[in-house]
Amino acid sequence: MSVLVNRNTRLLVQGFTGREGTFHSSQAIAYGTNVVGGVTPGRGGERHLDRPVFNTVADGVKATGANVSVIFVPPPFAADAIMEAADAGIELIVCITEGIPVRDMIGAWEYLKAHPKTRLIGPNCPGIITPGECKIGIMPGHIHLPGHVGVVSRSGTLTYEAVGQLTGLGIGQSTCIGIGGDPIIGTTHIDAIQLFNDDPDTHAIVMIGEIGGDNEEQAAAYIKQHVNKPVVGFIAGQTAPPGRRMGHAGAIISGGSGRAEDKMAAMADAGIVVCPTPADIGAKVKSVLK
Amino acid sequence: MKIHEYQAKALLARYHLPVPRGEVAATAAEAEAAARKLGGSVVVKAQIHAGGRGKGGGVKVVQDAAEARAVAEKMLGMTLVTHQTGPEGRIVRRLLIEETLPIAHEFYLGIVLDRGTGKNVFMASADGGVDIEKVAAETPERILKETLEPGVGLLPFQARKLAFGIGIPSEAVNAAAAAMMALAKANDALDASLLEINPFILTQDHRVYALDAKINLDDNALFRHQDLLELRDLNEEDPLEVEASKFGLNYIKLDGTVACMVNGAGLAMATMDIIKYAGGSPANFLDVGGGASADQIQNAFRILLSDFCVKAIFINIFGGILRCDTLAIGVVAAARELNVTHPIMVRMEGTNVELGRQILKDSGLNFTVASGMLDGAQAVVRLAQ
Repeated sequence: MSVLVNRNTRLLVQGFTGREGTFHSSQAIAYGTNVVGGVTPGRGGERHLDRPVFNTVADGVKATGANVSVIFVPPPFAADAIMEAADAGIELIVCITEGIPVRDMIGAWEYLKAHPKTRLIGPNCPGIITPGECKIGIMPGHIHLPGHVGVVSRSGTLTYEAVGQLTGLGIGQSTCIGIGGDPIIGTTHIDAIQLFNDDPDTHAIVMIGEIGGDNEEQAAAYIKQHVNKPVVGFIAGQTAPPGRRMGHAGAIISGGSGRAEDKMAAMADAGIVVCPTPADIGAKVKSVLK
Repeated sequence: MKIHEYQAKALLARYHLPVPRGEVAATAAEAEAAARKLGGSVVVKAQIHAGGRGKGGGVKVVQDAAEARAVAEKMLGMTLVTHQTGPEGRIVRRLLIEETLPIAHEFYLGIVLDRGTGKNVFMASADGGVDIEKVAAETPERILKETLEPGVGLLPFQARKLAFGIGIPSEAVNAAAAAMMALAKANDALDASLLEINPFILTQDHRVYALDAKINLDDNALFRHQDLLELRDLNEEDPLEVEASKFGLNYIKLDGTVACMVNGAGLAMATMDIIKYAGGSPANFLDVGGGASADQIQNAFRILLSDFCVKAIFINIFGGILRCDTLAIGVVAAARELNVTHPIMVRMEGTNVELGRQILKDSGLNFTVASGMLDGAQAVVRLAQ
């Protein structure tokens, strides 16, 4: 079992024929993901990576029955790509693109509210993987191991770090979700934790956050109320200076909110095992699973 | 991207926000001429990208053009230190010379993104002219808020609610509401990530003005605002950060001694944290990105080493798509090319890690390969002492 994606996922790639789209689609295919085709406006009818190319997402959905899309479209066009996928009835949109203007995301987020059956992951995220079944995004597949720990994170390489430690200790993952580093993201920590909590095959959860916003505090409050599975957490940015964006557009301490210490305190209060450094994540998970 | 007050006011005037008459001056003579043109008493305001200028001596009211010149002579070239500049302060290169106005009351107006709802929020408060973060912390009920619906903006009734709510007298409510709607329009059209008018003033004769203006622009949206790119003032940015941005490197200078080179923003932050945890202090935040080419690694090294506080370097890479052997070749080439003498601690994990470690060991350079992230951090902190 897993959440959101598995071997039955039918994936359509938006921005299929571009450099990023091509590279990561071939990696996904090699991993065993069921990539049913892709979209590049103006190149409909062609074949790419031995799959059909469509002009629109609607055409692609009609021809292939795709239910999930992944977006590798450049920032100026990415919000439009999200809305196009929602309009075509895609159930899960994974937007990898980094650098979408906030104003565009405000519009796309509003549009998605009118499409309640569609879930967005990202933007500015590494994607989602159910080890051994389906890899959607830019994460290295081989560091993962099928198993029972759900991982949710705002950061890419820091997630790989945690997953690498887990796999090294022989602890597999049910599904790993990179929710993204932007100020407006589709799926939040709470959403992911809710999914993991409801998945009988997920036995423990790793939650990796960072400075900025109050997503982690809200997730901690939810965990305190509703989650009985063990949760191990880490927050990046304990030494980040206030008012500076630390790489991710959403990673900023502003107006006294979004600080690492507040997030860590809220998480500890919710019974989450908070790691002081990312080097302990694997070991802490091992200890809570016993 | 941050811009100066005088630039923000010029932009906002385009959207019909009332701003005081004023001119920018780069010399004392220009300041004198501007003051003469404006006539009477004027205010001389230092233009730097930081708040708290008044307390630091960067805002002075003068009685005439001669005094404006005298004040400008002192202010231009001075290093202005405020609570937002850090102890090193900023050099004043430009002044804004403005008419003075008979202030009856100071208000606060601002627009920020509410990350929870994914919508912008318009804020207004009767407690202007002070640190709004203090108001938010101590008397949050004194900040009124209206949500800006996407594609709709600030509606007239919302603007009136805010204007009456913060105590603008009836005679001035229409003008205040129009100013608020202009601000919301400007925020949207300019792709601002933060817009603040503090103070927004009411004069004794019931006019309203933006007495100060702060606009931060969304860097991701600058591609559609070529005209706004010209407003960037490189003097206000750290030279090393400017240099790094030319090569697509995300670098932020800090004041420690352990330089960090990391791939990915989250891991880069976590690396700074673990250096602190190990008893040291990070010299910078540096994200070389997921792909980190040999060229980028070389530029990253060059930038890290231009910081004279740096005593040791910690390279922390989780190789996924970026293979560790490729990275190691890049690191060795850069270290050799740049003749790096600082001790370098490398911690690598991921694809082809054994091969990568071997390449570093065989290089004959001053590399130490760490077994884990914490071990690496502890060792590099010792090396930096």
